[in-house]
Amino acid sequence: MAAIEVHSLIKNFGPLRAVDGISFSVKEGEIFGLLGPNGAGKSTTINILCTLLQPTMGKVLVNGYDCVREPESVRSSIGLIFQDPTLDNELTAWENLKFHCYLYNMERRVMKERIGEMLDLVGLADRSRELVKHFSGGMKRRLEIARGLLHRPRILFLDEPTLGLDPQTRDKIWGFIRNLRSQEQITMFMTTHYMEEAEVCDQIAVIDQGKIVARGTPEHLKRMVKGDKILLRGGDPDSLRRRIRAHFGLEVQGDHEDLLLEVERAEEFIPRLLERLGAEISFVSVMKPSLNDVFLRLVGREIREEEANSKDTKRQMARAYHKARWRRH
Amino acid sequence: MIEGRAIYVITLRELIKLVRQKGSLINTFARPILWLFVVGSGLSQIVQRGGPISYKQFMFPGVMGMVILFSSIFSSISIVWDREFGFLREILVAPISRLSIVIGKAISGTLSSSLQAAVIMIFLPLLGIHVRPAQLLGLFALAVLLSFALTSLGILIAAHMETFGVFNVIMNLLVMPLFFLSGAIYPVNLLPFGIRFLSRCNPLTYGIDAFKNVLLPKVGAGGHGALGAEFPLGLDILVVALFSLVMISLAVASFRKIQ
Repeated sequence: MAAIEVHSLIKNFGPLRAVDGISFSVKEGEIFGLLGPNGAGKSTTINILCTLLQPTMGKVLVNGYDCVREPESVRSSIGLIFQDPTLDNELTAWENLKFHCYLYNMERRVMKERIGEMLDLVGLADRSRELVKHFSGGMKRRLEIARGLLHRPRILFLDEPTLGLDPQTRDKIWGFIRNLRSQEQITMFMTTHYMEEAEVCDQIAVIDQGKIVARGTPEHLKRMVKGDKILLRGGDPDSLRRRIRAHFGLEVQGDHEDLLLEVERAEEFIPRLLERLGAEISFVSVMKPSLNDVFLRLVGREIREEEANSKDTKRQMARAYHKARWRRH
Repeated sequence: MIEGRAIYVITLRELIKLVRQKGSLINTFARPILWLFVVGSGLSQIVQRGGPISYKQFMFPGVMGMVILFSSIFSSISIVWDREFGFLREILVAPISRLSIVIGKAISGTLSSSLQAAVIMIFLPLLGIHVRPAQLLGLFALAVLLSFALTSLGILIAAHMETFGVFNVIMNLLVMPLFFLSGAIYPVNLLPFGIRFLSRCNPLTYGIDAFKNVLLPKVGAGGHGALGAEFPLGLDILVVALFSLVMISLAVASFRKIQ
């Protein structure tokens, strides 16, 4: 059974189509990343999967439960880490976790042990009696991860888990998520717009304007951008340029001494190149494509250059729409 | 559909926060003291005595109603804080029904309001109102009922409030009119017809009248004339109870729509 199955999902906010007929499935135990610029439909999709939003059309199964017909079964089998903090700042870390245990109807017997275990896992055991409002951003995030895992969910949803954290804390959180994966058998579904972070995923779907524009493993996606770039320098650039063209039939770019080649797989091409022209080459450097390049190619713009505003605008639109709907009721 | 442990923990959370809030006890006392001993003393100088009771004694049921009104509306408006700070999502994605969430909020709001009302009952002897224990119990039971009614109203409002921006509007267009049109500081039957009509549509009027029925009955031995209760106690209870039912049902329906 797939952990998540989505068939032809559509979500409209009034006249705005936020998700436009996407389909995908996530295998159990996989880390699945939904990538896209702000406002592409990532958060809408994750909210539908978590039963916080009703789909306009389409079928969504999470852990085999229908998100529309069995929302409470879906909810008890998933854990959530939201984009924005959802802790009660006026309660202690321990109280926040205890609150969660009660909401998820965990047995009193295992509750205490499990809370302790999770606090150890995220390194907050010695701070458990402190009010959350005194915690740093990274500590709050860790506490939220601990909380999301308390009730042993089979799928953990992470919506932009490192948004707004400094790079060092981000690294820590990711290290932590990788560890978690090796320790517990858990499926993870995440959205992010940090390309480097998406590298931990087994499967990625790139979403833009409500549609999935590409999907596959990070390796597979990176191959879509025609492969690797090689930078060469040598004694006589002009003759080198000519001979590469003659021998390999490749277009050589770059100016003066710096010659730039694009090949499918640099690790296979370079031995052949050196065999022929090794004597003339003094410098070789390989640039592997990053997911950022993939994104640039697919979406036509850099993922991070989007202003944060576009999402806010969309949120406001969704909010205004809900308000209008309430008034009608 | 109703998850007992979820209701328990939602209620517990509010009570923990109420106790932890700095100055919440002072806050409970501050407003009633101002009304009873400052406004009440002032007004009693210019108000002709309408019977065997003093103006301050007349005001006590109204001040109790006021304490309940403000505390109920404020405690249910905390839902809007929860929304603003994201905590509401933690509750909304939990595997519990929306009904349980509303019940939890209603119980915690009702408890905190009626406890505050109970606390200000210690002013009764200071005002020269002598009550039997049975009367106190009756008064408390009515306070619980009114707290529940107004908390339900507050939850209904909070479910429709996306941000704190409209809070002032609610204070000025709902809470203050409810208070001034309730017979808390002047008897409803002395008001001009139009305003009297509005007062009679106000659920708080009946809640406060119920308190008057217990503390200042109109007729019988020691009747209190124009400053006493206006409606039969049964009618008061019926109106407040019906109002509660309508409000809590609407609140549950609104909560089901929150996404």
